[in-house]
Amino acid sequence: MAVSTNTILICAGGACISAGEKSVKQVLEEKLREYALDGVVRVVETGCMGACDLGPIVAVFPEGVYYQKVNTENVKKIVEEHILKGRVVEEMLFEGPQGKIAAEVYEEHPFFKKQVKIATRNLGIIDPMNIDEYIARDGYFALTKVLTEMTPEQVIEVVKKSGLRGRGGAGFPTGLKWEFTRKSQSDKKFVVCNADEGDPGAFMDRSILEGDPHTVLEAMTIAGYAIGGQKGYIYVRAEYPLAIERLKNAINQAREYGFLGENILGTGFSFDIEIRIGAGAFVCGEETALINSIEGKRGQPNVKPPYPAQKGLWGYPTLINNVETFANIPPIIIKGADWFASIGTETSKGTKVFALAGKVKNTGLVEVPMGITLRELIYDIGGGVPNNKKLKAVQTGGPSGGCIPAEYLDTPVDYESLKELGAIMGSGGMIVMDEDTCMVDVAKFFLQFTVDESCGKCTPCREGTRKMLEILEKITRGEGEEEDLEKLEELGKIIIDSSLCGLGQTAPNPVLSTLKYFRDEYEAHVKEKRCPAKVCKDLIRYVIDSEKCVGCTACARVCPVGAISGEVRKAHDIDPEICTRCGSCIEVCRFGAISKVSP
Amino acid sequence: MEKSVCKEHEKLYRELDEFIQEVEGDSSALIEVLHKAQQIFGHLPIEVQEHIAEKLNIPVSKVFGVVTFYSLFTMKPRGKYQIKICLGTACYVKGADKLMDRFKEELEIEEGEVTKDGLFSLHAVRCLGACSMAPVVMIGESDFYGRVTPDEVPKIIRNYKNRGGK
Ligand SMILES: Cc1cc2nc3c(=O)[nH]c(=O)nc-3n(C[C@H](O)[C@H](O)[C@H](O)COP(=O)(O)O)c2cc1C
Ligand code: SF4
Ligand code: SF4
Ligand code: FES
Ligand code: FES
Repeated sequence: MAVSTNTILICAGGACISAGEKSVKQVLEEKLREYALDGVVRVVETGCMGACDLGPIVAVFPEGVYYQKVNTENVKKIVEEHILKGRVVEEMLFEGPQGKIAAEVYEEHPFFKKQVKIATRNLGIIDPMNIDEYIARDGYFALTKVLTEMTPEQVIEVVKKSGLRGRGGAGFPTGLKWEFTRKSQSDKKFVVCNADEGDPGAFMDRSILEGDPHTVLEAMTIAGYAIGGQKGYIYVRAEYPLAIERLKNAINQAREYGFLGENILGTGFSFDIEIRIGAGAFVCGEETALINSIEGKRGQPNVKPPYPAQKGLWGYPTLINNVETFANIPPIIIKGADWFASIGTETSKGTKVFALAGKVKNTGLVEVPMGITLRELIYDIGGGVPNNKKLKAVQTGGPSGGCIPAEYLDTPVDYESLKELGAIMGSGGMIVMDEDTCMVDVAKFFLQFTVDESCGKCTPCREGTRKMLEILEKITRGEGEEEDLEKLEELGKIIIDSSLCGLGQTAPNPVLSTLKYFRDEYEAHVKEKRCPAKVCKDLIRYVIDSEKCVGCTACARVCPVGAISGEVRKAHDIDPEICTRCGSCIEVCRFGAISKVSP
Repeated sequence: MEKSVCKEHEKLYRELDEFIQEVEGDSSALIEVLHKAQQIFGHLPIEVQEHIAEKLNIPVSKVFGVVTFYSLFTMKPRGKYQIKICLGTACYVKGADKLMDRFKEELEIEEGEVTKDGLFSLHAVRCLGACSMAPVVMIGESDFYGRVTPDEVPKIIRNYKNRGGK
């Protein structure tokens, strides 16, 4: 029995946890104990493995067999069949369109097939708590190469030539940023990793930190060498406790192995990394605000220039890069700039990780080559929109981004093309919306976010976004006037032009892009007091079709406010004055008698 | 009774002071210290802020400024069970606002408030990294609920009520 080499990886990403990962793990460990295997088979929690809607996911290595939708019952089979008898549990394998996928070719799953994994290459494959597994997959090889064979200038040259651009949102060329920081004269310099991940629909950075923390440490150390820095800080959101724990552990291991600290690998180069924890302010993702926050202050942005590359932490030159940007560095060093530059488009090289979610069948974390079309992403990888609904729009870039309508699905995903459409690449949130999504409501959602998160320093951002939100609220209440749409556009332009930081400068984007592509929907709200997607509460009513209603009373029983009346076996009726539009009755009616109407 | 409360408090302050001593000399320690203090006391009343200001040798106004700036810091106590409803984009698109409404209705409190019995408080949070299971609710630090419908809300609340103050 060759069981002693087995490692069982269990995905502890957010989706799998909410699908019951913790209790699955508990049963798994009990079962292993029962067979006295707890000493020989390791159970390891990893970061998100990507196919979140199939969770909880359990993978058995070294075979590399992935099991989907594991629960507290069928997990026992993994132990009793796979581990003990070496038999793959067929019925639990990933499912493709043609049925179960044999273990060896799980890459054939359409969800994985079009993906190219660079930044997420180790996610769900290695034990993030074990540095040896990282090393076994070429970990710290790039650092060794850099420190022993390359000058800082050569490192910067490779990064420049690779064409890598910042993955934190703005897309600034990474190599150039490194070069600027190198050229700033100072005896002290810092490297900062931006792990604040503020986009409220994205979790790529978190998954990298949880699933492969060493790659970030290695890249930061390489960056430290390249710019002439001595110390690094990782600024992580407090909401990511697992990521923080993994990073701490990784830092300790790296110090033990001599990859961090004094005289790294005996080369004379010294570099160390510390963690700083945020406290829940979206604006702290902005680099100058982040620096203030690391210094223990209120996280408000400063005027640029000076840029952090000139004057950053405590006034010293500071290089700030995003988690995913860093995760690309070790492979670029090992495989070379030309390899990286061969992936992607003319202006956008390499890959991008997206958190694909919303009204799409296969949701999860995907890494795709730049230049892939939205259609491929959403239909080939995402499996399209569920329930035969029509795709309406795709939102990228979170509160700084915009909504791209279905007509533009053949647009390639790269920095420039998305920007041209009034959206942005952003940090990687990609939310699919279908015909049941109201675009005015979506714009209102994002604006509410910015109003909550504006740091208050600039009047246009603080007051202007509030004013825009009020107008949107008015429109969704059915009190909008025709001038309101122009007012929104005017206000938007003013806020963009006169805000200090990127938050204000991009806050109007969700409104402006929906106004541009879905103006008719705004007009329906304003002129006809109608919400075409039947979302805005004040513009819809719930009604019961007396022809279809059999009087089963299910709806009346579920209504929390007692708005539904009617006798058993007789048609029921909803009192619109009492009804709060909660939608519960529609869900329970098995006869399809209840529907929403908007005049 | 009075005395034991006092003693309890003393112990908490001592724990905080030990932590402050550990990180001393670090000019960026304030946020870390506040995190620790909130973990110890549950929230950050003005007395605790004054204490921290004194220990770190900075004006109280600076401590207050930082506490009020960051949304994770709170000066009001929170419920024993903090109900966090994800209002991230994916959850919103899948109807998380309806969940929020239902929780408000059932608990008869608004967002950010605590129920009279101190058992529950209601909070909107952003993406919990579980977008595939949207809409998502998290209670406390580890109980996750995915694909929640408004109908399930009363049941979820009841579960915790039955556990009571324990
Ligand atoms: C309001 C605002 C929020 C931001 N949030 C983040 C964030 O959460 N993560 C991030 O990496 N960059 C964020 N950025 C971008 C950073 O300011 C900075 O450009 C980035 O960290 C640079 O790294 P990169 O070049 O590797 O992308 C934000 C910018 C603004 C204006
Ligand atoms: S634009 Fe908004 S968030 Fe940015 S500094 Fe000004 S007020 Fe603060
Ligand atoms: S939508 Fe909600 S409040 Fe209105 S009738 Fe149906 S169950 Fe009652
Ligand atoms: S959270 Fe488990 S696969 Fe994404
Ligand atoms: S948006 Fe709610 S979990 Fe991501």
